[in-house]
Amino acid sequence: MDLSFVVVQFLTGLASASNLFLIACGLTIIFGVTRIVNFAHGSFYMLGAYMAYTLVGPLMSALGGVVGFWGAVLLAACAVGLVGVAMEVLLLRRIYRAHELFQLLATFGVVLVMQDLVVVIWGPEELLGPRAPGISGSIEIMGQRFPEYEAVMILAGPAVLGLLWLLFHRTRWGTLVRAATQDREMVGALGVNQGLLFTGVLFLGAFLAGLAGALQLPREPANPFMDFNIIAEAFVVTVIGGMGNVLGAFLAAFIIAELQAFGILIFPKITLVLIFLVMAVVLVIRPWGLLGKPEAPSGHGFATDRPLRPLSGKGQLAIALLLAGLLALPLVVDDYGLNLAIEVLVFALFAFSLNFIMGNGGMVSFGHAAYFGLGAYGAALTVKHLGAPMELAILAAPVAAAAGGLLFGWFVVRLSGVYLAMLTLAFAQIVWSIAFQWWEVTGGDNGLIGIWPSSWASGRLVYYYLTLIICGAAIAVLWRAVFAPFGYTLRAGRDSPLRTDAIGIDLRRHQWLGFAFAGTAAGIAGGVFVFSKGNVDPGVLSIPTSVDGLVMVLLGGIQTLTGPLLGGAVFPLLEAYVMPLTDYWRAILGGVIIALVLAFPTGIVGFFDNRAHVASEAREP
Amino acid sequence: MTPLIAIENLDAYYGQAHILFGVNLEVGRGEVVALLGRNGAGKTTTLKSVMGLVANQRGTRRFDGRDVSRLPPYRLAQLGLGYVPEERRIFTELTVMENLEVGRQPARDNLTPWTPERLFEMFPNLAEMRDRPGGRMSGGEQQMLTIARTLMGNPSAILLDEPSEGLAPVIVEQMARSIAALKAEGLTVLLSEQNLYFARELSDRAYVIESGRIRYEGSMAELAADESLRQAYLTV
Repeated sequence: MDLSFVVVQFLTGLASASNLFLIACGLTIIFGVTRIVNFAHGSFYMLGAYMAYTLVGPLMSALGGVVGFWGAVLLAACAVGLVGVAMEVLLLRRIYRAHELFQLLATFGVVLVMQDLVVVIWGPEELLGPRAPGISGSIEIMGQRFPEYEAVMILAGPAVLGLLWLLFHRTRWGTLVRAATQDREMVGALGVNQGLLFTGVLFLGAFLAGLAGALQLPREPANPFMDFNIIAEAFVVTVIGGMGNVLGAFLAAFIIAELQAFGILIFPKITLVLIFLVMAVVLVIRPWGLLGKPEAPSGHGFATDRPLRPLSGKGQLAIALLLAGLLALPLVVDDYGLNLAIEVLVFALFAFSLNFIMGNGGMVSFGHAAYFGLGAYGAALTVKHLGAPMELAILAAPVAAAAGGLLFGWFVVRLSGVYLAMLTLAFAQIVWSIAFQWWEVTGGDNGLIGIWPSSWASGRLVYYYLTLIICGAAIAVLWRAVFAPFGYTLRAGRDSPLRTDAIGIDLRRHQWLGFAFAGTAAGIAGGVFVFSKGNVDPGVLSIPTSVDGLVMVLLGGIQTLTGPLLGGAVFPLLEAYVMPLTDYWRAILGGVIIALVLAFPTGIVGFFDNRAHVASEAREP
Repeated sequence: MTPLIAIENLDAYYGQAHILFGVNLEVGRGEVVALLGRNGAGKTTTLKSVMGLVANQRGTRRFDGRDVSRLPPYRLAQLGLGYVPEERRIFTELTVMENLEVGRQPARDNLTPWTPERLFEMFPNLAEMRDRPGGRMSGGEQQMLTIARTLMGNPSAILLDEPSEGLAPVIVEQMARSIAALKAEGLTVLLSEQNLYFARELSDRAYVIESGRIRYEGSMAELAADESLRQAYLTV
């Protein structure tokens, strides 16, 4: 590897760093002021590229090459900025008081809607934009050719950083934004209309993401996967830099982009793992990112005035009836129905286990799919590489998930709030990357096939009962743990970590065990799942699977025990009955998520629970 | 004459905990009124509720005769009601000048507008640290800055939450002189205090609050003279 090659590779890294910074700084500014982790930021980026594609042709012919091209880039960014404004006014403004997870979920709903919208408007094909007129050639650097456009991109990052610095330090608006980043309520009490401030911030953040997308057009065709490809990286950059810190995002974008530029030469096998590994290392050493500040303890918990209670007589009766219904189910449904019922049970366990750490333990996991997937892969690999029968392999599922839970959990419980959530996401992405890239062992993208139950359990009827026994038992054990001293300890830690520590409880150890315990349960669900499907692929480990889990828990109602079960049960049913009817499944799901978050900011069961509670209070004298 | 600040039947809740019970309170234009009470009596919650900062509150609030019960805090601030929080809530990343800039609002016709220079005359310490980040100031300096920041909004009334709390005696005295000077300028003040001696010097009238209910309302002189009243609600 000669020096000139290294230099060019370094410069290529710088160009990518600029682009990454443009996206991440918008994300970090939006988070800083509104405290919303904007999943839709990747969609803004994608939209920027598509808008630029549409605008660049007409503008270049009307205004001439150079003016037309850059005019189109700016106009596209402005248009995306307006989309950000629309999202703030129509959606975010109504849910600032809701729990931050609901806000996140709502922005994820926007992601889903945008994905389908983009395909409807621009079609599923990749759309290649023109090269930038005037700078489409290349320059020579130490005997190597380097594209002029890349050189301009290198300058874009520092230029934007400089402009942002001026905006934030030399204008009243910027000063207000910085003040609001620290204490938005106080800014309001001093006479500043927060609503306008937030709208402006959303415009700026979306504008920057749109700008990044528009600038990307000459380098990469606009395509409907741009949003997911970029959002994980943007999260990583934001978190490594310290959430809400623009300079931190700049540093982190540089680190990540160079790591990728050189990582692909040195460790081509683990490029995907690399950035998440770096993020995990940074968070372990600096729990609030490179330049971030410790988060003020805010209402992260899900504490309510009505603590969880063991089942009443009526509740026990309802459970008994439900169980009887599940036992009798094969009498009324066919094999298709049984398959669906198996899925319902699997995801009820998955959602319930997620809620064990989230609702009960106060630790929000964005990466619960990792443990589900570890269980699934653990079982599948035991079958594929050791030739083990189902009876043995299905035991490998909880073992693999428990090992992952113990390993990752040890790091995770050292953080809190959004950083904790981001670290769980990073670990899940690491597991996903391994499954995706370690072709020889995991089958990569194709996954592993032919993972079937032993012959005695291969009939749907037997496998259904097996699922019912395994998942039912796992749920029962989790439920029991919620009302064991262990469960009370976790809730105490959720509501007041300091006080819990002060009365002599090693909270971190309890949280660690709780995290591993929930992971193990998710692994059981994964193991049962893989034998019901006969195959496994990296999809079970992906962000959408983790988000599905969050949707199930949140829409069911996080402060309840039955809510997540219901959410986990309803979700696969919706998928089975609605998905085949429409080409716009994602848009519908996204729309439903948004509508539900707007209508029931406490979740569905939580909503009816509250109504029942109010009604019963009204009856009391 | 209509009072500048008038609160009727104010109830406030944190979650399901009921904090204030039917609080009534009035502050006339140009008056300094003390809200006295022990720790946890409901002083801070009362001031926050006047500003509309408590999410779950009921009751009528009037400012300058106008019903402002449904207005968000920023509208009240724009109408001329300033709020100085007990925890100071200085923007620690921002310099002294920038903190003042956040508080700046247009001048009101009948008052001499506040400028940083005028405020530096009142709080000379601040003048020497214009470019210092708020996070690197002492408690007393922060307390002055938080008052100065609110004054930048050119309020006609301010809610002062325990300005003497946690300050050295010499700073408390300085604070008392500043508040007296503001009173002389015609500023209306609702002052919450535990420190009776601090409040006595400054206030015309007093309310005593305990367990979220107003227990006494009357002149400051009367309260100071009434040993049994002080015993019942104020002394620790």
